[in-house]
Amino acid sequence: MTEPINQIGTWIDIIGILSSVMLVAALLIWVERRMIGIWQDRLGPNRLGPLGLMQVAADMIKIFFKEDWIPPFADKAVFVLAPMIIMVTILTAFAVVPFAPGIGIIDFNFGLLYFLALSSLSVYSVVLGGYASNNKYALLGAVRAAAQTISYEVFMALSLMGVVMLSGTFNLRDIVEAQRNGWFCLSQFLGLFLFIVAVVAESHRTPFDLPEAEHEIIAGFHIEYSGMKFGMFFIGEYLSVTLSSAMIVTLFFGGWLGPEFLPPLFWFCFKTSIWILFFVLLRASLPRPRYDQLMSFGWKFMLPLALINLLVTGGLVLWMES
Amino acid sequence: MATLHIDGQAYQVSLGDNLLKTALALGLDLPYFCWHPALGSVGSCRQCAVLQYHNAEDSKGRLVMACMTPVSDGLRIGLQAAEAQQFRSDILELLMTNHPHDCPVCEEGGECHLQDMTVLTGHTSRRFRSLKRSHQNQYLGPFINHEMNRCIACYRCVRFYNDYAGGDDLHVLGIHNNVYFGRHEPGVLENEFSGNLVEVCPTGVFTDKTLSQHYTRKWDLQAAPSICMHCSLGCNTSPGERYGQLRRIVNRYHGEVNGYFLCDRGRFGYDFVNSSQRITTALIKQQAQSDPEIITKHWRKLCVDQKIIGIASSRASLEANYALQQLVGQDNFYQGLGLQELSLIKQVLALLKKPPATIATLKQVESADAVIILGEDITNTAPRLALAVRQALRNESFTLAKTLQLARWLDAAVREAAQNQHSPLIIASCHSTRLDGVASEVVSGNPETIARFAFALAHRLHGKSPSVSDLTPEQQLQVERVAKVLSKAQRPLVISGTGSHSSEVLAAAANLIKALPASHKMMSLVVPDANSIGVGLFDGSSFIEAKQRMDKGDIHTVVVLENDLYRHGEHAEISDWLDSVKHLVVIDHSLNPTAERAELLLPSASFAETEGTLLSSEGRAQRFFAVMPLSDQVKHNWRWLALAAADNWQQFDQLSLACYQAIAELEPALAMTPNAAYRVHGMKIPRQPHRYSGRTAVTADIHVSEEQQPQDLNSALDFSMEGSLGHRPPALNPGVWAPSWNSNQAVNKFQDESGDHLRGGDPGVRLFDKVYKGRWHPPAKPLPHREPSELVIQPLHHIFGSEELSNGASAIKQRSPDLYVALNPAQAQDLGMRDNDPVALHSRYAQYHLPLKILPGLCTGILGLPVGLPGMPVIEGGTTVKLHRLNNGEAGND
Amino acid sequence: MNSFKLCIDLILSQFQTLGTVLQHTFTKADTVEYPEQQVALFPRYRGRIVLTRDPDGLERCVACNLCAVACPVDCIALQKSEDQEGRWYPDFFRINFSRCIMCGFCEEACPTYAIQLTPDFEMCEYDRQSMVYEKEDLLIDGTGKYHDYNFYRIAGKSIAGKGKGEAENEAPPIDVKTLLP
Repeated sequence: MTEPINQIGTWIDIIGILSSVMLVAALLIWVERRMIGIWQDRLGPNRLGPLGLMQVAADMIKIFFKEDWIPPFADKAVFVLAPMIIMVTILTAFAVVPFAPGIGIIDFNFGLLYFLALSSLSVYSVVLGGYASNNKYALLGAVRAAAQTISYEVFMALSLMGVVMLSGTFNLRDIVEAQRNGWFCLSQFLGLFLFIVAVVAESHRTPFDLPEAEHEIIAGFHIEYSGMKFGMFFIGEYLSVTLSSAMIVTLFFGGWLGPEFLPPLFWFCFKTSIWILFFVLLRASLPRPRYDQLMSFGWKFMLPLALINLLVTGGLVLWMES
Repeated sequence: MATLHIDGQAYQVSLGDNLLKTALALGLDLPYFCWHPALGSVGSCRQCAVLQYHNAEDSKGRLVMACMTPVSDGLRIGLQAAEAQQFRSDILELLMTNHPHDCPVCEEGGECHLQDMTVLTGHTSRRFRSLKRSHQNQYLGPFINHEMNRCIACYRCVRFYNDYAGGDDLHVLGIHNNVYFGRHEPGVLENEFSGNLVEVCPTGVFTDKTLSQHYTRKWDLQAAPSICMHCSLGCNTSPGERYGQLRRIVNRYHGEVNGYFLCDRGRFGYDFVNSSQRITTALIKQQAQSDPEIITKHWRKLCVDQKIIGIASSRASLEANYALQQLVGQDNFYQGLGLQELSLIKQVLALLKKPPATIATLKQVESADAVIILGEDITNTAPRLALAVRQALRNESFTLAKTLQLARWLDAAVREAAQNQHSPLIIASCHSTRLDGVASEVVSGNPETIARFAFALAHRLHGKSPSVSDLTPEQQLQVERVAKVLSKAQRPLVISGTGSHSSEVLAAAANLIKALPASHKMMSLVVPDANSIGVGLFDGSSFIEAKQRMDKGDIHTVVVLENDLYRHGEHAEISDWLDSVKHLVVIDHSLNPTAERAELLLPSASFAETEGTLLSSEGRAQRFFAVMPLSDQVKHNWRWLALAAADNWQQFDQLSLACYQAIAELEPALAMTPNAAYRVHGMKIPRQPHRYSGRTAVTADIHVSEEQQPQDLNSALDFSMEGSLGHRPPALNPGVWAPSWNSNQAVNKFQDESGDHLRGGDPGVRLFDKVYKGRWHPPAKPLPHREPSELVIQPLHHIFGSEELSNGASAIKQRSPDLYVALNPAQAQDLGMRDNDPVALHSRYAQYHLPLKILPGLCTGILGLPVGLPGMPVIEGGTTVKLHRLNNGEAGND
Repeated sequence: MNSFKLCIDLILSQFQTLGTVLQHTFTKADTVEYPEQQVALFPRYRGRIVLTRDPDGLERCVACNLCAVACPVDCIALQKSEDQEGRWYPDFFRINFSRCIMCGFCEEACPTYAIQLTPDFEMCEYDRQSMVYEKEDLLIDGTGKYHDYNFYRIAGKSIAGKGKGEAENEAPPIDVKTLLP
């Protein structure tokens, strides 16, 4: 704890974590379609391989072999760069995720801030992609993404301050340890709610997928993308979902903590999976709001709520300490 | 101006019309049946009921018939009032009680006024449970189909046929609910305007039989604005096409020319476009050739030396004739007319270029208060003009109606008041005509007599006009009587033309026009073909005169543009002429005797596939447009001519512009029609209606992938259903349709007001509007002495049979007369001949064997020779011939 | 305050939605696993289009063109012709099934029950050209769903064997020469 940065993983850990995270993201293609199918009384992809699992492989093959087309009117350098940003930022953010005691890449004093920083950086991917496409729909999507990120970023950080106050640290591993006596989802249920809404908005998932609203702006920022560049946006979104779920578990659901009969890593993965499924459920059920509703919801409802939460938590902490 | 309140809204309208017409002019939808803008109001169908309120406080009102209610200042009307709507719906329900449930097999379906009105009044379900009345149908000839069960007894047909068009063989028979509209026995409807019944009838009682043979609904007809090719009046038509065939022609409203009506030749003469006589491939020395390169090479080879002459066509457009002139050069450009024909056209053209009176439009003809027709059988040479003259004769009754304070649109009342009073009509003719029955004075005589009568009349009206002597006392009395009538007339109209083949008649007519004292005098001169006037603007002598040059060997190639030379001279003469041609190139769309002799025969487009400008007999330049795209090897006539040399004029606009600029008289026409670059909201104007069906199935049997629609670079119209549905300039409007008005009555929505000019101006440009003083023409020579056995040829015109193109239509063929020569009964008796006797006719070139027809009403000394019937000898009018009866055993021509 | 309450209500309703959807985890999927499992099609299923015959075994289609004009993809083309008996019939009748969207508007528009959609949708072809059906391919021998209807028995148009006044609900033809009321 004295060192601000502690490398805890070896190269093997790093590669293992990165590849399993990628695998999970890829599997999510199948999981999401299957789950939505189930919830909508359909079957979902069930033809390829056992349970349709090979759909993932088929999709990968398809997306790799599609023509990787760069529109002649696009800003080429930025156009190519944009989808990489989301991959890089999200994957780097996984560095601080505390999977289990001793499992992880780094132990970082300001881990929480690091996560916040990188997850907000990912919006550049969308903004630049939209701008570089030189397409009005893409630009509209990009502008929406930027405005949405700014609006929801604010209370996302504020919603977490309750957790920080209660645990007294920004170190994610310490935050998990601080939950031994009670998960923060109980004491910080308002913070939890705020955070969930914020991460959904950050990852541009339904119901906050306005930057790519098909019915208004066709596909928004990625309208001109095809092949693997589109694939990176696509996988980036699932990575983002995985990261968000992991963070929710870490910050509010006691991370790896759980009954001793199973290893901590299992508990972490189990809880994360449930939250991933929650994200899918959101997509299966909720409609998309209008854009002005989204903005006023963020600024007029969520922000005050976050401030109230901060005030109450702060007051309680002070009162209990005194 | 007056204020009219309809449904609480105030409108500024003009006084004098009836409420129905005014409401329609305001764009309101008010159902009606018996009213027709051209026929006036009789108030018999009770369909246009509206509520009339006494004052602003009156909320109850009373039902009145809009068509019988004059517009007055402060009139308050409830058009959408519930009671009025209910009444209209009930009336329609009553009309429908006997309607026969056969819309799917009715030719009117889809453009039926009754269907429209049923929907408009909101009558949707049938409550009548009793038996339907039924009627037997009649055979009405090759044009019109009769299905009497569909009748709603609006009386429009008989009002048009008898009252408007002067027919006498369509009647209303039977009584009360059983009235029957038909002939006293099945048979051909005689009147020349019977085809209009198709459009006048609000339902499917009278339908187009020729359309039914290749039936297509209105929504499936690709149409374009076109001009009738079958006489010189330039009536506006809207031909419809489907599956590459011309399916029908309907009237295209023109406020100044044809109004609502066409003649039967114009309406049913279209079928030549689909005929098997159409030339579809180029023929080189009678061998079909499909390789375009070989054709072009051969064509260019024949044109390469300068020893080439071109023969113009009076049925091809101005532009095509100009292209021909450009190809062969001015000195080698010949008119495709005989010597006499050409001199007559020149005489008419001289009168048109410096007209001594206003050249009357047909609308103006209807306003004349005295009409004199000199030697022209207008019913047969320019039928629509005869219909207009019939309307002019009603002006007397309108004057009378005015003194009785009757509105002129109160049709029944005005006719009742006038009884048989007509404005004066003087007919001078050598045979009886269809208009004789309504004429106040008939002057019978050969063209020389007619000319002398007119000269004397002119002298009587104006002292300076040269006089003629040796008139008989009766003739002098007649001159006196007619002179009295004409000098009183405010708007007299003189009609003459080339029909009698007499330049004396034309000269006399010119003097008469000049001599008339009225300030609003009018004239109308009839010429044979759709573009006779237009082609006359080009300098060129008759092709007959090119013979000398050919005999000298000056000429190698003769290019004949859409012209059958055999129609312009005796067979032997023309054959002789053609024999001296080394290389004959014919550009035409249908086979004819000249085309059959061509070394190179190039297939050109008929009027339905090409575009061009025609100059009508009133000097109105009008553009017609292609209705359908060109088929494989057929080209526009002007494209063939362009291909022969420099291949300039890729697009029609370029040629048209060059042509208008080259001919001084055509200058006003430059601004006539929007050119090919014209767009409405950036879109072309579709030729197909917006509900054109089968777009993805029509050619699916050939290839399932649809081909691109044919592009039209020559006009602002498109061979497509896509394009602007909004405003179209009248000259580019292929047909009329308005929401809830699927029938031709939709035309109300395109006019300033019903029966008036088209909104945006009537199409076409009049070239000869300025009136000149004119000069006196020298009088006729004294009558020559003739032996009783000598007969003078007099052309007899037939509405069906005398015109070249319409002869290719099968329905017209059924109505054309058989070959004959005609004699007056008394003279026939003198010569010992009887009806149907075979006779031999000796002309300068040959002897022809023909059956004789005794024609009462023909004057003596004249041998009537029908014009233009296929197989009929062509002899100039005024030629002296001998006739003798054939004995048994003498047979065969020549 | 009202808008705050509205916001809360809306959020709660979202949770309710989530709950409802989650319950569907335990419902059975409606999916029919065609082609292993065959589909039960009802008589009024909108599948392949046929042209039917009237109870007398004659073509019902009178070539009125209403199906063609009702067709939103314009995939029907036909041409009217008339036989010796005075009946209208289509000279050719073509449906381009590669364009057809099986909307059934043609059936709805047909005034003679001639054109009918059938419970058969298995009409895939490797060659698109084979999707173009002509009258011979469309015409069936039966009456389809409507067994008794015969257009000409009701319509006022006379055909051979049925003169004026002989249709259903028709009085005998009027003698126009009579003056009796």
